[in-house]
Amino acid sequence: MSDPIYYWQALNRALDTELAADDAVFVLGEDVGLYGGSYRVTEGLYAKYGEWRLRDTPISEGGFTGLAVGAAMVGMRPIAEIMTINFALLAMDAIINMAAKIPFMSGGQFPMPLVVRMPGGVAKQLAAQHSQSLEQTLMNVPGLRIAVPATPQDAWWQLRQAIRSDEPIILLEHELLYFSKGPVDTVAEAPPMHRARIHREGSDLSIVTYSRMLDLSLQAARQLSEKGIEAEVVDLRSLRPIDWDTCRSSLEKTHRLLVVEEDSHFAGAGAAVVAGLTERAFYALDAAPARVAGLDMPIPYNGVLEAAGIPRPSDIVRAAEELCAN
Amino acid sequence: MESEKMVALLRDMLLARAFEERAAEEYTKGNIGGFLHLYPGEEAVAVGVLHAAEPSDYIVSTYREHVHAMVRGIPPKKVMAELFGKKDGCSHGMGGSMHLFDRERRFMGGYAIVGETYPVAAGIAYAIAMRELPEAAICFFGDGAVNQGTFHEILNMVVLWRLPVLFVCENNHYQIGTEIHRHSAVVEVYKRAAGYRIPARRVDGMDVLQVRHATLEALEQIREGNGPQFLEFETYRFRGHSMADPSTYRPKVEVQAFENQDPIRVALSETLPRYPSAEEIAAAGPNSIERLAEHLDQAGHLRAEQLQVLREDVARIVDDAVQFAKASPDPTLEEAQACLDCNRGTEVLI
Repeated sequence: MSDPIYYWQALNRALDTELAADDAVFVLGEDVGLYGGSYRVTEGLYAKYGEWRLRDTPISEGGFTGLAVGAAMVGMRPIAEIMTINFALLAMDAIINMAAKIPFMSGGQFPMPLVVRMPGGVAKQLAAQHSQSLEQTLMNVPGLRIAVPATPQDAWWQLRQAIRSDEPIILLEHELLYFSKGPVDTVAEAPPMHRARIHREGSDLSIVTYSRMLDLSLQAARQLSEKGIEAEVVDLRSLRPIDWDTCRSSLEKTHRLLVVEEDSHFAGAGAAVVAGLTERAFYALDAAPARVAGLDMPIPYNGVLEAAGIPRPSDIVRAAEELCAN
Repeated sequence: MESEKMVALLRDMLLARAFEERAAEEYTKGNIGGFLHLYPGEEAVAVGVLHAAEPSDYIVSTYREHVHAMVRGIPPKKVMAELFGKKDGCSHGMGGSMHLFDRERRFMGGYAIVGETYPVAAGIAYAIAMRELPEAAICFFGDGAVNQGTFHEILNMVVLWRLPVLFVCENNHYQIGTEIHRHSAVVEVYKRAAGYRIPARRVDGMDVLQVRHATLEALEQIREGNGPQFLEFETYRFRGHSMADPSTYRPKVEVQAFENQDPIRVALSETLPRYPSAEEIAAAGPNSIERLAEHLDQAGHLRAEQLQVLREDVARIVDDAVQFAKASPDPTLEEAQACLDCNRGTEVLI
């Protein structure tokens, strides 16, 4: 176990390790090379591996993501970095129509060892076009996998697993997590990429969450504990597929489900989690499942309104108390 | 060029025409579903280009790609079975007419979203360039596809990184039902490539020998490490956009003119649309297949009776293809799942 490092450093080390291990691995995206990455994730790698392996692209998200698809079809292991998920809307044809479909519609002839990394979520007053969480758009696409590392440890594990996988994988990062710190064990064997992890055990309710909301849920769980409510906090780590077994086991213990997500409330990831767990564990539940999510509105620029637009620990505490009062 | 190669060009064009006409027939019978985009009229392009390519080159094509697939070497029966949606099709019934794939022959797919062939070809070319191989990615698209964003994005990138892509524009003058003067501000497609500093030229796409020759020259440039090349082949589809298209938007006289390989074609593309007169049609030569057959005959490569044998050969191949497609079973849902999971390792998911 090392000293705590930043999330971006964990990603950087994962890239470095895999670039060194396999010549077929290359990174492409805007400012990933000479500049070192908008969030420092590719820092130092251009000098070490050169321009063909750290390819600075023009601002052409659709074009370079599609180019990565073509390269993956002939045995390369491209990692496309899209500066933010908001820009990925311009690359959705490459991701959804190409990467997710080619292995299938070729009758299984072409695996797709592609990783598309991008941060999403609300950062600090970036306004509506830079503050979206679009994971639900991708969750609905058969053929894709979506990993959502919430900690530096998972960033290290899941990026390396994604690069080594032959499936098209979206690594959904979060802008506010890049400069969060945590320990990273580079020796320990990684759990399966889609395995959920219980970060805190509890007996009164299960808080199922992912990405940056893990940290807020853990803060809320500590406050709840002071009020005599013990929350179990489950980090999904993967949004497609979802580790239903781990979630169901937790519900069989706590009998109450609270899903916490940053994305807006309607038809989001949380809705899919609640539906899936209700189908699987209905008779284990003592109360209707509850959700804490972002408001159904674009994120305002104003800082006060921005903070009010997404869940805060106090919102999670309140929702948990209401759920446990039933 | 020796007789054997010349006859091979003609044979593939005849096969292409016969295959497509039979596909239309099977579609009307209900044996082929979905969208069916046919190639009659444009045979000289696919045949000329692919006869100039090496087996080590990669082919990326559009949804009008049955002929490209067959000329590349995918057996007609595997193509027909795919059109029928059967298990023995080249994409095991998962792709259909618009998504023919063959990994072994480096046939990298037919794509049904206009403008997707550019990034796929560029990505393949990126891999070729990184590995420093003498290979090329051959990227097909129509005149209607050059107004997609990916066209401009990829033309820019392939020049920046000198990627070995041969762009092949099949300019049949129509994006479905919209004539090129109504969809493009610049109707000389090759001039757009010049805007990205890609060597580009326009070639008569009704003449398979010119097509083949231009392709050989372009591929030679690419293999010498000079980066991308761009060829615009002027051609014409004799049918509608797809089987669902009655093609009522084109004046009969224009269709006839192109079927006859009318010289007015140049006038049509270089100036505002003008439709040929009866005299101009009368002055027109034969269509591309007849043109080649005549050339072969005059040059002593092929006698009329040999041509008849060729026609009978391709008719039999097409018949066999249909019988094969009919006999092949439907794929199962389990097989479909296996295709989806083709890239999954040993990991057990929930």
